[in-house]
Amino acid sequence: MDAAKPAAPFEYLLRLGDNALVLSQRLSEWCGKGPALEEDMALTNVALDLIGQARLWLSYAGELDSAGAGRSEDELAFLRDAGEFRNLLLVEQPNGSYADTLMRQFLFDAWHALALRELAASADPRVAEIAAKAQKEVAYHLRRSSDLVVRLGDGTEKSRAMMQAALEQLWPYTGEMFQGDALDRDAAASGAGFDPAGLRAPWLDYVGEVLAEATLKQPPAEAWMHSGGKQGRHTEKLGFLLAEMQFLQRAYPGARW
Amino acid sequence: MSSEWPLWEVFIRSQHGLAHKHVGSLHAPDAEMAVNNARDVYTRRNEGVSIWVVRSADITASSPGDKAPLFDPARSKVYRHPTFFPMPEEVKNI
Amino acid sequence: MYAQMVDTGAKRVRAAEEMDADERAFQERIDRGVKIEPKDFMPEHYRKTLIRQISQHAHSEIVGQLPEGNWVTRAPTLKRKAILLAKIQDEAGHGLYLYSAAETLGISRDQMLADLHSGKAKYSSIFNYPTLSWADIGAIGWLVDGAAIMNQIPLCRCSFGPYARAMTRVCKEESFHQRQGYDIMIALCRGTPEQKAMAQDALNRWWWPVVMMFGPPDEQSVHSAQSAQWKIKLFSNDELRQRFVDQTVPQAEYLGLSIPDQALKWNAQRGHYDFGQPDWNEFFEVIKGNGPCNRDRLATRVKAAADGAWFREALVAHAAKHQAPQAQKAA
Repeated sequence: MDAAKPAAPFEYLLRLGDNALVLSQRLSEWCGKGPALEEDMALTNVALDLIGQARLWLSYAGELDSAGAGRSEDELAFLRDAGEFRNLLLVEQPNGSYADTLMRQFLFDAWHALALRELAASADPRVAEIAAKAQKEVAYHLRRSSDLVVRLGDGTEKSRAMMQAALEQLWPYTGEMFQGDALDRDAAASGAGFDPAGLRAPWLDYVGEVLAEATLKQPPAEAWMHSGGKQGRHTEKLGFLLAEMQFLQRAYPGARW
Repeated sequence: MSSEWPLWEVFIRSQHGLAHKHVGSLHAPDAEMAVNNARDVYTRRNEGVSIWVVRSADITASSPGDKAPLFDPARSKVYRHPTFFPMPEEVKNI
Repeated sequence: MYAQMVDTGAKRVRAAEEMDADERAFQERIDRGVKIEPKDFMPEHYRKTLIRQISQHAHSEIVGQLPEGNWVTRAPTLKRKAILLAKIQDEAGHGLYLYSAAETLGISRDQMLADLHSGKAKYSSIFNYPTLSWADIGAIGWLVDGAAIMNQIPLCRCSFGPYARAMTRVCKEESFHQRQGYDIMIALCRGTPEQKAMAQDALNRWWWPVVMMFGPPDEQSVHSAQSAQWKIKLFSNDELRQRFVDQTVPQAEYLGLSIPDQALKWNAQRGHYDFGQPDWNEFFEVIKGNGPCNRDRLATRVKAAADGAWFREALVAHAAKHQAPQAQKAA
């Protein structure tokens, strides 16, 4: 690595890769069971984009991994335990109803688009390159999830109630997206990353606007928030997700597929 | 209320600059979602750069019974086709 | 095949002299290879048969997502996961294209889905078998998609325009499906002894159901004869089955796997493989609803439709409230 160009730290890349990986795993649980054929296909496109992004982030992380001497994307995805995952708590939350899935997607997309915009300007050229590619994909994810939140919020009484309940259920997991720690500060200082606190105001603006159009009531921004995913302290849900996802690699160690 | 989404016809212009081409149909609740769905259903393999959607119900089609009056007259207008005019071999670029 | 034993409503195939003028003109168009389009005259039995056949085909694509979807969350590598997900998504797309083709015949997609959910409409027997290991995903791509392609390529030339066009698109997209399955089998057969055993076990379990997929011998069937005359069935079940076996045996040999049929033997005189008869009793039981997964598959689809009703209704309600055109003008 060129000394003049700072590399993003390994763990920082895991955060980005794990967000995409865990959310794509959740979305693929819907495969073949969506509420309409067109919607099934659309959601799968999002899952495919996220798997692609996860592969790029994790491959790059593997190259910079000093501990594991070059772990592959698959070693990182399938052979780490829950405590080594660095994704946000929001993305590991179960699919629930389709309202829960869409609301989770919307809240994450709105953050993801802002985060990628920062990362596209990263001083680490690999980060900038991956983020620029992902940015285009996520711009569409956000357009689609926003379109649906507006329609389902302002749809029937039932759909509004379901979307409102989903929003309230997931809201306490959104605060973590804006909480910086030492790793974030180092990444921001080197120019490789960004300060997550800076995304909070634009995120609240955008989300607030969409929720208003959707006739949904935004929970208070100052509400109490969960945290810990970025540092490897997860909810009970992640272990089950990994048990399923990692089954073959764990049951047949060393096999090639 | 019926929850069946209306049917839309999808037209896509490929990257090669050809006119929009009918590629198929889909269901969507409104025009904007029809464009979204068309993107997700019909451009999965990089097929397009522009999408048109139109409600199937809004298309007026010629009826098969009119086939003779509508299309047969064109058959006698062979002069509309360049091969109607044989050119001398020594004349180039025409 | 994806559409099995389609009832044409015919008691026997009629000769041209027995047809009325419209019907004779219709049959002559088909004989000349001119496509029938939705607004053209067509005999009622042709229309109904096509609805049955195309919707059965579409239902098979949709239900067919489930056995593979069963492993998408457990795919062994990220690359395999992405490929499998893309393949299953294609199947949803194929179902969508086919439903659209059937809709041109004057039936709504919701009506077709209601017929699937009530058990009135059928889908291919093959999707009522379970996927018990990752190797089953390889076997489905290799064998099931391989068998499906044999039937679908000729259908690109069938007499009904919208069906032929949908099949052309399906075939174009399907070209990678069989290969991805075979690629999974290659990896397993070159892998550990456990993986190779997994591949053999998958072939053992899928072979006969795939051979049955083509449907029972139909040389004597009046429905097949009628469908052949209408050019919506282009080869007999046994012709396609023979072609499938001939094509697949060398592929199994390359993998070092053995096909579970004692009677399988090259017949130099015929220039084809001889092979055994499947257990047709099992086939008819599966068709009747007694396969290992019939109830699960249907219940999953019924639940998905019921759980999604609020979503579909809400979007219609929103559209009704906001009638004003939102889309950009055509450019």
